[in-house]
Amino acid sequence: MLAFIARRIVYMLVTLVAISVMTFFIIQLPPGDYVTAMVAQLNLQGTTVDPAEMAALRARYGLDDPLPVQYWKWISNIVFAGDFGFSLQWRRPVADLLWNRLGLTFVLALVTLLFIWAISLPIGIYTAVRKNTVGDYLATFIGVIGLAIPNFLFALVLMYISFKYFDTGIGGLFSPEYENAPWSLGKLLDLGSHLIIPTIVLGTSGTAALIRILRANLLDELAKPYVTTARAYGVSERKLLLKYPVRVALNPFISTVGWVLPTLVSGATITAVVLNLPMTGPLLLQALISQDMYLAGSFIMMLSALTVVGTLLSDLLLAWLDPRIRYT
Amino acid sequence: MIPPMQTAPLLRIRGLKTQFALREGLVRAVDGVDLDAHAGKTLCIVGESGSGKSMIARSILQIVSPPGRVTDGEMVFQRTGREPVDLAKLDPAGKPVRAIRGRDIAMIFQEPMNSLSPVHSIGDQLIEKILLHHRLSRHAAIDRAVEALGRVGIPDPRQRLSNYPFELSGGMRQRVMIAMALACRPALLIADEPTTALDVTTQANILDLIAELQAEYGMGVIFITHDLGVVAEIAHEVAVVYLGQVVERGSVDDIFYNPQHPYTLALLSSIPKLGARRKRGQRLHSIKGMVPHPFNRPKGCPFHTRCPEARPGLCNLEDPRKLELNEGHIVACHMRDPAVLTQAAEVTV
Repeated sequence: MLAFIARRIVYMLVTLVAISVMTFFIIQLPPGDYVTAMVAQLNLQGTTVDPAEMAALRARYGLDDPLPVQYWKWISNIVFAGDFGFSLQWRRPVADLLWNRLGLTFVLALVTLLFIWAISLPIGIYTAVRKNTVGDYLATFIGVIGLAIPNFLFALVLMYISFKYFDTGIGGLFSPEYENAPWSLGKLLDLGSHLIIPTIVLGTSGTAALIRILRANLLDELAKPYVTTARAYGVSERKLLLKYPVRVALNPFISTVGWVLPTLVSGATITAVVLNLPMTGPLLLQALISQDMYLAGSFIMMLSALTVVGTLLSDLLLAWLDPRIRYT
Repeated sequence: MIPPMQTAPLLRIRGLKTQFALREGLVRAVDGVDLDAHAGKTLCIVGESGSGKSMIARSILQIVSPPGRVTDGEMVFQRTGREPVDLAKLDPAGKPVRAIRGRDIAMIFQEPMNSLSPVHSIGDQLIEKILLHHRLSRHAAIDRAVEALGRVGIPDPRQRLSNYPFELSGGMRQRVMIAMALACRPALLIADEPTTALDVTTQANILDLIAELQAEYGMGVIFITHDLGVVAEIAHEVAVVYLGQVVERGSVDDIFYNPQHPYTLALLSSIPKLGARRKRGQRLHSIKGMVPHPFNRPKGCPFHTRCPEARPGLCNLEDPRKLELNEGHIVACHMRDPAVLTQAAEVTV
């Protein structure tokens, strides 16, 4: 088991290095750099910038160095000093922007994951055990609708409903009065009530998918001889269902840990914009447009790191759950 | 060979019917089966694939998977020191039948590869079953599991408890299944083709083991197989099943030395024998055709479509009656029925 974990951690480090190199170079691929983007912006506003000034800016930000040197400066600061650099656009340390957004994204991802699990586990088991009944068809119908409705549309509808009937604030993760307040119980409750809509919106498609996966897996497992064995030895139906086939069919649940985070980050950008959520998606998009390379690079780096860690976690959980994985 | 039975059989099945109400029609998987299983004796149920052998076994424990269910008949099971119980009347999901499953009647299955949960250790699965039926401490249950594993010839039984099924060979897994069956000292063991998936040497070991344990504990055994060689070796009584009906049953000597039903005769002549027949230039017999699909079950005698002796106008119209030729030897065939034969003789004259 220890060897398994050690091996996985080595793979993880290699993956992270590869990702860091790739992100850095891909961010640099578009022609021009941050200064070009900034100057273009200023030109639009009617201000001209002296080429000498541009060169000075470039020199100051180290944009003239060869790519490997820039990469090394960036990555060595992160690894050795925990310094993610300076956002050129926001004129603030990247770390400030990063942790705030990343923290909220992480909270939302966790809540969404719990939401997906809590809804899809009982419904998935129900639809498999009561196959082809009215309840099964109803759950399937709702699930397919959940998969088919675009998230941003769903977000708009839910926002409208919550505004019209529940009189809660629209969008954002905090009410205005708590926006800049220090953490307190009130702020936490406020965050909780604001998390409901994003969680439902972001969790629906995942829930629908997981219900289908669990149903299909469980139907396979229910027909396996070991279920008959348990029944033939007098184990009660409920206990036998939960102890044997559900346990075996649970693997995809654990795997969701690995993919919920990246989906939320990359797939939820539109939803985050619609719901005005202070998540990573919109900020990353902004950073990429303005070629704010340290901000964008750090974001992608951190998200990849979290994804890789999530995958490792889900693998460890799987190994704990399923001895066949542990021993091979 | 079998002395007349003074005592009631351990399990007495009469007119058992198990049916599946499918959208395509009603499948009569078990159709009016009569069987007797005695303590300390082995009853072999033989038949082709799809003849309903396994369904009989599952019906006894009421574990037929839905939409199938036991619809008719009685299965009276004698329990030592308690009232006999009719298993056919019990609710398949109810407590009374669950208390009998594994405790009084244990079952071992065809696929040792998949009959144990892949994600639970052997000990976990064994101890669960023991604790389910006995008021024992966990510690005592572990000892009992170890004892059962040791009894079926598994080396280092205590270490094996923490093993998972995929770490064991097929023969070992079947031994674990047998240990699970034995752990509660059942009065009746149902073995549903327990050796089919194993290689021949392992097969012989498992058969010996079951026979040994039967002698030791005095269990009744219902052994389901399609291998007549196995039947000849272990059976006291034999029931030949075709399309959910017992076409002939009797002692092993009745069946092998005085077979009556054309289906039994056909089965026996399809056993390959080394040298013996080739010398006489004979080819190995096979039974013509296939077992009919359960939806198109033939009217009258189920075997008439493949029977060399079938008489049109009789076999394809009327159900044969169950005829007791001599003590315990029962055959369901018009062509062995004296009443039919004399009638037929009168017609021809």
